[in-house]
Amino acid sequence: MSVEVKLPTLLRPQADGQASVTADGATVGEVFAALVARYPGMQDNLLDESGGLHRFVNVYKNDEDIRYLEQLETKVDDGDTLSILPAVAGG
Amino acid sequence: MPFASPTLRLTESQYLAIVGHCLDGLPDEACGLLTGPVLGDGEPTGRCSQVFPARNADASARTYTVDSKDLLAAMREAEAAGEEIVGVWHSHTHTVAYPSLTDVRQAVDPRWIYVLVSLEGGDPVLRAYRIRDERVDEVPVAVARG
Repeated sequence: MSVEVKLPTLLRPQADGQASVTADGATVGEVFAALVARYPGMQDNLLDESGGLHRFVNVYKNDEDIRYLEQLETKVDDGDTLSILPAVAGG
Repeated sequence: MPFASPTLRLTESQYLAIVGHCLDGLPDEACGLLTGPVLGDGEPTGRCSQVFPARNADASARTYTVDSKDLLAAMREAEAAGEEIVGVWHSHTHTVAYPSLTDVRQAVDPRWIYVLVSLEGGDPVLRAYRIRDERVDEVPVAVARG
């Protein structure tokens, strides 16, 4: 499966400045593994030490938050769009 | 040394939309996003195209988290206009309009403009900052009367 991944401004320098990239995989986790293989600088921004989704990152598959689907196991299809969003928070 | 920074230019209606949403959010903190044009290096020009009121997913008087669905919607609108998210705004209900330690530690992007609205005391006070490497620099704000 080939999906489009939209990157927040903060991750673009690690992807040669691109705002979106395409990557292959059957699940969100596989797509992220393909991304990290191509752009190793993204590893620490996307995933935590145990390989789970970083808690300061939200990922939407089209219009749905993958935390409420099957997280990194969420399946993706050709033509899906994954949007990576930073957690915007403070006190 | 402070880093170069644009003046944040808001229209009066944008200013009122920000302050109004902050007042409506009481007793909780309220938050939202700014979209606008950026230069080739991703630096905001200081012009703001839209202010997006967002839900505070924390529903708290002490902290805020911009609801991710609202963030997604703002990012999509910005992208459609060839623009970017250029900043975020939130209220402090009982403290001054200056980034808290939490704000500084959780700052997402050094290019973003962080707008603080203090609601302590009487009149709301709006100020803007940039936060880079845990260093805070104030950004001038110009509100165009119209």
